[in-house]
Amino acid sequence: MSKRRVVVTGLGTINPLGNNVFDTWNNLINGISGIDYISSFETDELPVTFAGEVKNFDANDYMGKQHARKLDRSGHLSIYATEEALKDAGFNTEERLGADVGIVFGTGIGGIGATEEAVRTYDKRGPSRINPLAITQLMPNSSTGQVAIKFGIEGPSLTITTACAASANALGEAKNMIQNGIVDTVIAGGTESGTTAMTIGAFAQIKALSTNNENPKKACKPFDKDRDGFVMGEGSTVLVMESEESAINRGADIYGYVSGYGASTDAHHITAPAEGGRGAVDAMKKALLDAELTPSDIDYINAHGTSTPANDKNETAAIKTVFGEKAYDINISSTKSMTGHLLGGGGAFESLVSLLSLKNNIIPPTINLNNPDEECDLNYTPNAAIEKELYAAMSNSFGFGGHNGVLVFKKS
Amino acid sequence: METNEVFEKVKGLFVEDLGIDESKVTMEAKLEEDLEIDSLGIVEVVMAFEDEFEIEIDDEELSDVSTVGQAVSLLHSKI
Repeated sequence: MSKRRVVVTGLGTINPLGNNVFDTWNNLINGISGIDYISSFETDELPVTFAGEVKNFDANDYMGKQHARKLDRSGHLSIYATEEALKDAGFNTEERLGADVGIVFGTGIGGIGATEEAVRTYDKRGPSRINPLAITQLMPNSSTGQVAIKFGIEGPSLTITTACAASANALGEAKNMIQNGIVDTVIAGGTESGTTAMTIGAFAQIKALSTNNENPKKACKPFDKDRDGFVMGEGSTVLVMESEESAINRGADIYGYVSGYGASTDAHHITAPAEGGRGAVDAMKKALLDAELTPSDIDYINAHGTSTPANDKNETAAIKTVFGEKAYDINISSTKSMTGHLLGGGGAFESLVSLLSLKNNIIPPTINLNNPDEECDLNYTPNAAIEKELYAAMSNSFGFGGHNGVLVFKKS
Repeated sequence: METNEVFEKVKGLFVEDLGIDESKVTMEAKLEEDLEIDSLGIVEVVMAFEDEFEIEIDDEELSDVSTVGQAVSLLHSKI
């Protein structure tokens, strides 16, 4: 029996580049950076003062204060992006979606802001003054549960926490759920809103972050010789994934096909990639096999491309291992150069980018790439978008812990 | 403190802190059905009352409280 094909019929996103798909895409293809000085808390004592924050979003205006105050910001962004995606897919968001719809969300650190707040209260005022909503805001599955409640999603639910591979793994597991006939539709995505003074400080302690405080918009420079670390980002991206027959029966417009998923684990080091990107190679190969494609079929790779010295070098090596000579012909780009690192929300966002690239035949650039690195010598689509007829794209996501999630998308 | 003063303070907490629509906060309003304060919300309300009126409220004291008016009476008796 041939496998059920899985399509995407709805996209929703809120991220440093925009609070809808249209603005996000326009900024991506024009090479606009969404990174700026942090506005949501004081950064005087921090070694890094900038990030990719969501802008012009007031949760009280969006959902009313009584509802908004019960959720962590991750929950606000998740509900917002899901509503956008459901509307885009043609669902009535006033009706419960029911038991034929599942949800799989990814996040790296969940409601870390709520955790910090509760600890501060405990230290200052003792246990009897801890916010009774703290647990429900800080648990990593909070967004999954809140989205399910809001839209009446009664099918299977999962929350995946594989750090920066989380929402790539979420989409992959959603694909498997649909392909295996468990449900026809899955709301799949990922959210991260973990930019706090503590997380900035902690990531800076392990030298993971760029410290280019003089010029935030030029700080994230994936594959550039002068790259000096990633930039924290926040956002939520949600895709409505369903079986092809379900989409056709509903008369829904199809963005593209989620055709391949490969996952692996480095089992090497908690932060550093395995030499040569060994685990990444394995995940890319599995994703191609699952998609029934060969390396020569891939036209675009949305790279993990974090702008850390180790990732970009090893990802490049991994792409060369998988694609051989063909690696030099493929357009690669890291849209993290514009969004910053959306961490657990990155895989879903970059899947959205891959699908829009296929649909529009445009590849967004890697911005801030001016000084070539001899160890990063592929075509990273530097600084300007290009138009090109596209058929298949790959999106790479790799996380602390050694988790690798790779997705392959096809236009038809 | 007069009952109506207690009510105004309670109303202020509900509106300012919990984001509840002012027009819904009447003495007759049911906390759960009318004001949509669930079991987690009740814990918040009690904390807010304790801070505002500098009192302590035991769980048993809440067993007969289901409306704003009953909450006001309880608070009035403890101040």
